Amino acid sequence: MTDSRKIVRVTGVTKSFKLGKLDVLALKGVDLEIAAGNYISIMGPSGSGKSTLFNMIGGLDKPTTGKVFIDEVDIAQLDAYELAWLRCRKIGYIFQTFNIIQVMTALENVTLPMIFAGMADDAAAEKGIKLLEMVGLGDRFQHKPFELSGGQQQRVAIARALANDPAIILADEPTGNLDLNTGEEIIYLLKQLSRERGVTIISATHDIKMLNVSDQVVWIRDGRIDKIENRDELSISIGQIGRKIGDGH
Amino acid sequence: MQNSTIFHSDGLESDKIDRLVVLPFMKSVDIAIKSIRVRFFRSLITTISLVLAVSFLSFTRVGSDVANGLLSTGEPALRQALIRSGYDLRPEDVSVGNSPKQQWIIVLSLLVCVVGIVNAQLMAVTERFREIGTMKCLGALDRFILRLFLLEAGIQGLIGSGAGAIVGGAFALVNFFIRFGTVSITTLSWTQAGLSVGGATLVGCVLSLVGVMYPAMVAARMQPVEAMRVEQ
Repeated sequence: MTDSRKIVRVTGVTKSFKLGKLDVLALKGVDLEIAAGNYISIMGPSGSGKSTLFNMIGGLDKPTTGKVFIDEVDIAQLDAYELAWLRCRKIGYIFQTFNIIQVMTALENVTLPMIFAGMADDAAAEKGIKLLEMVGLGDRFQHKPFELSGGQQQRVAIARALANDPAIILADEPTGNLDLNTGEEIIYLLKQLSRERGVTIISATHDIKMLNVSDQVVWIRDGRIDKIENRDELSISIGQIGRKIGDGH
Repeated sequence: MQNSTIFHSDGLESDKIDRLVVLPFMKSVDIAIKSIRVRFFRSLITTISLVLAVSFLSFTRVGSDVANGLLSTGEPALRQALIRSGYDLRPEDVSVGNSPKQQWIIVLSLLVCVVGIVNAQLMAVTERFREIGTMKCLGALDRFILRLFLLEAGIQGLIGSGAGAIVGGAFALVNFFIRFGTVSITTLSWTQAGLSVGGATLVGCVLSLVGVMYPAMVAARMQPVEAMRVEQ
């Protein structure tokens, strides 16, 4: 947290979608700065524009107006190759549905981004095994996804997200398909990684368990940032958070 | 690349590794083969129309080769037998050509086969939206995806049409052997028959690649975020 470098900077971003003949404004002007090494949660009800903002930060979608900077690079300026490079080396993705590639073993899933990054097979396998050991799957690296439980698949996804030592990990509802305990384990694993490796973790979520570990919580509402709370403010206003979440549903 | 100057290097090894996204060719072959093996039945369905069309093509071509062999003996009895078995031979003909009717049927069967492949491959692409999207999120370029699909189709085409051509050719031989006896085998030009089988295999491979072109382009052009949105 001492590192005040802004890893993500979002300025005046709007995004509209065409829904039939209707233009729907999903984001109505968002400004946000995220400091390197933090654990950020983006909270908000479904339809609030949370996922849209999240995709924008991940370089998966481009804003209608406004700019998104990742490590001070405007992602709208990047061509297809540079975007692929960014996704491969700078950002690690974790999804609600795990998205482990079904035809590959756990280890092959983890090494795929390293292969894309031009790493030799042996070095990639060695690093892949290390990463799988780190997430607690050291003995299961030859298993196919269908032989793994949801929590284990999500651990593979976390190891895969870390494959190229990214600066940012984007987690979209990482606990959404997991039971309470497994979800908690995944949250603490993410927190531990953020602390040990200095990775910035940005997570879009409904999960209140996330609040405990977040350095900063960004509340999105109706396409705008409702408020940004830091960790120390959070514990004081827990009652308020409860109310907010009640409002959201 | 401009990246190298703009981006800070965070990972320890980032400076040493080339700043390009790559997928070595052998690795793509590896992934393609794995993908076919895991989805064996899906691949089988995609390939089966190709097998049938190519075996039909091979059957007629090898059949003509055998008939030509029989004609080359110059025996009127064999010539009469050929005409009885359905070959349109005019008195001046010295070889069996493919009649327009036969060619028309072959072209139709190949056309139906391509449509079948496009259909099956489009289904396969839809089933794999999530996988494609995930790969793109991990840094895959459009052409990696395109290459994977083309390789898969190429391998399926080679195996499928190879099998189809051999089965069709063998069936033609057996058919003639039963009707005409050993003379059909002894008079056959094996080079011609081999060329027919090889030609049918080649046609099958080309058809498989043509059939996968459009579905593969659909897959490759997909934005990662679109792929992620698909509910499964």
